Amino acid sequence: MASLAETPLGRIVAVAAVEGPRAFRRRLLEMGLVPGTSVRIVTVAPLGDPLRIEVRGGQWSIRRAEAAQIQVAPR
Amino acid sequence: MTQASCHGGPEWRDPVPDRPQLVLAGNPNVGKTTLFNALTGSSAKVSNYPGITVEAACGELTLPGGRVADLRDLPGTYSINARSAEEQIALDALVGTGGAPTPDAVIVCLDATQVARSAYLLLQCQELGARCVVALTMVDEAGASAPAARALAAVLDCEVVAVTARTRAGLDDLRAAVDRALRAERRAIWHWRPQPALRARIDAVSEALPTSWRSATRYGAAVAGADDALALWALTCIEPLTGSADDDELVVPDTLRAAVVAEPAPRDDEAVLARWTWLDREIPPLVSRPPDRKLTQRIDHVLLHRTGGFGVFIAVMSVLFMSLFWWASPAIDAIDGLFKWCGAQLQGVLGDGIFADFLVQGVIGGVGAVMVFLPQILLLFLFLGFLEDCGYLARVAYLMDRIMRSMNLHGRAFVPMLSGFACAVPAVMATRTMERRRDRILTMMVVPLMTCSARLPVYTLVIGALIPGSRWVQGLIMVAMYLFSVVTALIAAWVMSRTVKPLKGKRLPFVIELPPYRWPRLGGVIRMMWGKSSMFLREAGTVILACSIALWALLYFPRHMPDGAPDYDAMAEHAPTEDARASLLAEKQAVQLANSYGGRLGHAIEPAIKPLGFDWKIGVGIVGAFAAREVFVSTLGIVYAVGSDADSRSEPLRQALRDAKDSRGQHSYTPLVGISLMVFFALACQCMSTLAVVRRETRSLRWPLFLFGYMTVLAWITSFVVYQGGRLLGFS
Repeated sequence: MASLAETPLGRIVAVAAVEGPRAFRRRLLEMGLVPGTSVRIVTVAPLGDPLRIEVRGGQWSIRRAEAAQIQVAPR
Repeated sequence: MTQASCHGGPEWRDPVPDRPQLVLAGNPNVGKTTLFNALTGSSAKVSNYPGITVEAACGELTLPGGRVADLRDLPGTYSINARSAEEQIALDALVGTGGAPTPDAVIVCLDATQVARSAYLLLQCQELGARCVVALTMVDEAGASAPAARALAAVLDCEVVAVTARTRAGLDDLRAAVDRALRAERRAIWHWRPQPALRARIDAVSEALPTSWRSATRYGAAVAGADDALALWALTCIEPLTGSADDDELVVPDTLRAAVVAEPAPRDDEAVLARWTWLDREIPPLVSRPPDRKLTQRIDHVLLHRTGGFGVFIAVMSVLFMSLFWWASPAIDAIDGLFKWCGAQLQGVLGDGIFADFLVQGVIGGVGAVMVFLPQILLLFLFLGFLEDCGYLARVAYLMDRIMRSMNLHGRAFVPMLSGFACAVPAVMATRTMERRRDRILTMMVVPLMTCSARLPVYTLVIGALIPGSRWVQGLIMVAMYLFSVVTALIAAWVMSRTVKPLKGKRLPFVIELPPYRWPRLGGVIRMMWGKSSMFLREAGTVILACSIALWALLYFPRHMPDGAPDYDAMAEHAPTEDARASLLAEKQAVQLANSYGGRLGHAIEPAIKPLGFDWKIGVGIVGAFAAREVFVSTLGIVYAVGSDADSRSEPLRQALRDAKDSRGQHSYTPLVGISLMVFFALACQCMSTLAVVRRETRSLRWPLFLFGYMTVLAWITSFVVYQGGRLLGFS
């Protein structure tokens, strides 16, 4: 299974699992990154990090290392 | 924590009896503050929550029939799991723990363009047994994609009122809905059912809830399910193995902690997933299509573009910086001139004497020292208000995160750090744009290292007087001082985030919402500028005034001349020329200053600063510079009897510094001493106003003392290394 950080720009994938420490994981889950949610990387910041992702119609800035904790599956 | 309510000053006071207590909750960026302003009008007051750097806005809301209720604006949060000071406050305010009054009803803002996400917080509130009323915001922005209020109300099981704060549409309906909610019976609404294993754990932990946390105490009558919600909260927030909470300063009763630790089974994310499962089932059918985000996408295409985006960013930041640095200076000069003029007028009326000097130099000078900060504060918050409102500030964090992160700073720390080049006082206030306290304090601790405009006169004097060489060399040294300050600030941030416990980074996701672009609201921006300025004057200004009067007295008393000093007054009377008279009076001033308590303090600290290459005269200058760094120049002017109006470009003062000799006839100030002195000024926290504003922003004495301590030690050690190292290498 691939992580969100390795997903090509613009491809819509589904969240499979969120890993990492408890507080971290729960935070992302509460923001709506629960398994099954569609997510895509919109752009990468000019310096290569963070990523701009789209989830549930909203856009977020998330660091590459954090995106690597989000396992995704093809949609 | 004391009892919480909205009246009066920065600390909580008892609520007005019989006044319904309301709170306004919601995610960030859902128009919550705009709604709050529209609901409370001019009655709103901004103050701090006791003990922490979270702002609390309070105001009065008039219910139908003229009844007045207190409305409290909570920090914007996505949930209430108490991982940060903000969420702890939201929890306390929603539940009525931690000394906060139990709210009689809660208005929850739901973003019509992001219903499911913003409803997550509502579900938590409902589970806790709050009487919830939903204010559906951003309806105009959502347009046709906004859900129908009636259908939403049926699904969510609470009243829903669509509001548009700008046109005030729906505000009266909202007030009426709140009024109805206040009379409704309390119930805890759970839209999901815990599985048996979780159920058992909730039951076990809710047994351990302290009496003051139980619904029977908080609500006056037991509410079924409400205690379960608090037990679930404890289960989710307290680390199962250690019992420590996700936030170190989280206030959790020991019995509750112990009960959670005693629960053996590892807990999963059942509650979060169950809420989202419910939301994903119930909400989408109500939202016909996603909101139109084409405009935001188009703007982002330019503003976040790989190269073009940086161009715009640099342009915006340059304007911000230039305005602080250049545009504010006419206003600063005008304020400065006005207070000088007032002082001169008063001196003319009162004549000479201790009382007149106290009023003119101490009080009026001190008030002037406070007021000169206003232009920069107003300008900075004008910019910040617009940038925040329109959504660009979040993009700044996105663009800058890579750089700031390498020093463990928040992406949003960029603007305060940049503002620090103008002045640390508004820059420290600008740390408010960061949500987390740890990020704010870490930024506050390094912002004063940036080369502020008050250091410039000191550098200009020292470079002009002591650094030989062409203008090019001198210019390069000035540039080097700027680079030095940036590098030290970044290194200091990196070191402190790894060593100072409260500043250590928590392993929380650095996720920033990039809200859609919106038109800024001038009214809201002006309101914030006014709020920040008045709060600065009220809380930091009074401290600065008191300190500047104390410093004035330190350098003014005692008035008598030391034994054996010549009678300058008599000599001046018989002086042959006006110039001779002036220089005699300047000499008298110099002797008086040397004899003052401040002058003696300069002498007293000489052994401590001698290893840095400084003599007692620099010591007096350093004491005087505590009022503001540029005062170093005029203090030295007095010490060297070239007059108190000497500025950094004054040739007599520069010459006096070059000519100064120590007791052995050597030059007191060599180029090496000059570099050591500049390094000291670059690093030492020689600024009472910065300390006052850090005290005000952190609501503690600990942080300003820490700031002063670490910067002074850093300055001493670095100057020592520069001076002694330079001497070892054969420089002079």
